[in-house]
Amino acid sequence: MKALMFGWEFPPHILGGLGTASYGLTKGMSQQEDLETIFVIPKPWGDEDQSFMKIIGANNTPVVWKNVSNDTVKSRLEKFMNPEEYYKLRDNIYADFSYMHTNDLGCIEFSGRYPNNILEETNNYSIVAGVIARTYDFDVIHAHDWLTYPAGLHAKSVTGKPMVIHVHATEFDRSRGKPNPIVYGIEKDGMDNCDHIICVSNLTRKTVIENYHQPYWKVTTVHNAVDPLSPEIDAIKRISGVPEKVVTFLGRITMQKGPEFFVDAATQVIRKTHHIRFVMAGSGDMMDQMIRLVADRGIAHKFHFTGFLRGKQVYEMLKSSDVYVMPSVSEPFGISPLEAMQCGVPSIISYQSGCSEILHNVIKTDYWDVDAMADAIYSICTYPAMAEHLKIEGKKEVDNIKWEDAGLKVRAIYDMLV
Amino acid sequence: MKSICFYFQIHQPFRLKRYRFFNIGNDHYYFDDYSNEDIMQQIAARSYIPANRMLLDLINQYKGKFKVAFSISGVALDQMEVYAPEVIEGLRELSKTGDVEFLTETYAHSLSSLFDPEEFQNQVKQHSERIEMLFDQKPTVLRNTELIYSDEIADMVYKMGYKKMITEGAKHVLGWKSPNYVYQSASQPQLKLLLKNSKFSDDIAYKFSDYSWNEYPLTAEKFMSWIASTPPEEKVFNLFMNYEVLGNLQPSHSGIFEFMKALPRFAFEKGIGFSTPSEIMDSHKPIGAIQVPETISWSDEERDVSAWLGNRLQKSALKSLYEIGERVRLCTVRQLKQDWIYLQSSDHFYYMSTKHFGIGNSNFSPYMSPYDAFNNYMNVLSDFIGRIKAQYPDTVDNEELNALLTTIHNQDMEIKRLEQELKKVIGTNEELLVEKLSRKKADKI
Repeated sequence: MKALMFGWEFPPHILGGLGTASYGLTKGMSQQEDLETIFVIPKPWGDEDQSFMKIIGANNTPVVWKNVSNDTVKSRLEKFMNPEEYYKLRDNIYADFSYMHTNDLGCIEFSGRYPNNILEETNNYSIVAGVIARTYDFDVIHAHDWLTYPAGLHAKSVTGKPMVIHVHATEFDRSRGKPNPIVYGIEKDGMDNCDHIICVSNLTRKTVIENYHQPYWKVTTVHNAVDPLSPEIDAIKRISGVPEKVVTFLGRITMQKGPEFFVDAATQVIRKTHHIRFVMAGSGDMMDQMIRLVADRGIAHKFHFTGFLRGKQVYEMLKSSDVYVMPSVSEPFGISPLEAMQCGVPSIISYQSGCSEILHNVIKTDYWDVDAMADAIYSICTYPAMAEHLKIEGKKEVDNIKWEDAGLKVRAIYDMLV
Repeated sequence: MKSICFYFQIHQPFRLKRYRFFNIGNDHYYFDDYSNEDIMQQIAARSYIPANRMLLDLINQYKGKFKVAFSISGVALDQMEVYAPEVIEGLRELSKTGDVEFLTETYAHSLSSLFDPEEFQNQVKQHSERIEMLFDQKPTVLRNTELIYSDEIADMVYKMGYKKMITEGAKHVLGWKSPNYVYQSASQPQLKLLLKNSKFSDDIAYKFSDYSWNEYPLTAEKFMSWIASTPPEEKVFNLFMNYEVLGNLQPSHSGIFEFMKALPRFAFEKGIGFSTPSEIMDSHKPIGAIQVPETISWSDEERDVSAWLGNRLQKSALKSLYEIGERVRLCTVRQLKQDWIYLQSSDHFYYMSTKHFGIGNSNFSPYMSPYDAFNNYMNVLSDFIGRIKAQYPDTVDNEELNALLTTIHNQDMEIKRLEQELKKVIGTNEELLVEKLSRKKADKI
């Protein structure tokens, strides 16, 4: 069984949960010996882990025939892929794209991020997908999130192979129910024309069925998992220098993540207690608004902002926390509480997040139930048994949530389609 | 003659209202009156009232041959008094027939036997007084909360003057032995024990309306033939269950009431009688000793106390609760004493159990999760502890406080005694003076 996957992000250069999830899933699936994966991303950096699959960069795939010497290709692309692949791909250029802006290798440039011209980039990605689909041999197409749906569909129309789309988030989650019609259109088109839809939670599955009008039999839930912590990260120690307990919000400070509910809960707790501090880590379009809110409430002396954290800093923050809170308004899955639990941090999550479907040893509240959230924060910081229990049982629980198992479920879907 | 011994348990805890950490120190009322009333009235209507009526009919019909026993927790009695007094009325009528025995237990349906021997004693005393007052009979048989039992508890119970107790016939304790005999405690041979027959009890309590059970439907005739076909030496069949089995856990449309009504007829046909626990323990000699080093109960497959003490949350909550026991006993405020009792019900800790994750909400819990249960309970307990501490300064330790309180308590008497002494002294002085004066007068003359 060979799978052609289209993704947008890939570790270590990630911007959100999508990259982590695609990586974990592919790695988990690589445990199956008879499965090969080709993973397409817009722009590889060269330091991706290719030990268990092949990565093809869309920005290294020629769409315009250029006569380039072997040496040039070698010097330019060696750190991304075997130069042979370049010529193989070049043989499969299927139309004249010379009107497009390409570089000396005949490749289109990609940012690999979420730029303002993202629609143009997804379109270009789909053009490149045509070349890739014609070059390689595979049995099934797997596209991660809406950015890659057009590419997947293109590959499907060229080869006639079955296509699976993997919904990590929908436009309804990102916009709190006010979707951008263009994005919605792309998502709907992908879902209508694919062969099967995988959702990361029952919550997302419900959205897909109800808001995208998909038949329920076409939609399957495969919950995300989490990679075990590397020893290097495991060794990170608590660095917090304050005597108080630290309660952390960690994520993009956007509408979807419900940061204002965290501030509300913090306000209640700070007014009543002396032993708890709050940290909002991350950045996002609501950050300034949150800083103003904290100032207005008069709790700034115990409420801190860290700005964007990357890589190891995330784990340093987690390891220095006593409570992790994710008050997401609509979270398709939400992998970060699992990461917090791996670090032994008791977590509070909203019922409106997909991971609450599989987690038991966390405290769950409704995102709008600020009272309950404040109560839970107070309890974990005040009653040692509570913190201890969640810490130990939570870690035990999360250590048993493995990508391998998720991989097997995805495989079952492949087998059904092929 | 083989005899069946029915004992029904009645207990309802005072469920707590949602008590936020903001309430700590401000709000001293902890209970969810609405849901307590609602649940009590529903169960009374569905189970307690019709079951009382049925039992009364059976007792009247068979005149002295059909007997049952009850154990009713003090907190359940308190609730019934307020929300469903007709249930107590029905039980009193049953008591008047003379064929119904009432057992004693801890007032709060508490786990005090595991943590606080003094509290255990007090509660049993309080409960047995309450039973005597309500039903006009002094209980002689003790049933501990959830049939919790161990050699250590047997010791305590015997020292409190009880010679009869009932508990679970746990398989891992009995081994090859049969529960259908009277046993004695290994630590206190004078203490007789009746053991629950789990199989026959569960057939009625849990399996009665289970369609997938291969013996479904269970008829009174079939049930009695099972009991009749046991070895002839086995004489005692202890069917211990929750009273709610009649009408609530097994709803009336399952035919449970009809089954119960038919039981005595088929029993008498097969020569099987009915007795109360104390009758059985009075008339049978123990056949052997039961050794129970590890605590048992009637709960779960394991028949141990892990449902209340299975995780850190439960252990810590119980520890915080019983740590203040001694202090509470020094207080005299009635409201505090009452809250102390109501906070001890084992149910509060049962709701914190994480044993049943994933099996659905099977534990009657009013909370969304065990964590909610812990949170809420600890907030309430924090407030309660605050109130207790406000009674007397924290810096005085219990022993010293006790001495001081005794002094205060005694000082009235002391003052009276001193006053009297003073009077006496003054009196004798006056007498002396008078004598002296009269002597002087006499001298002058």
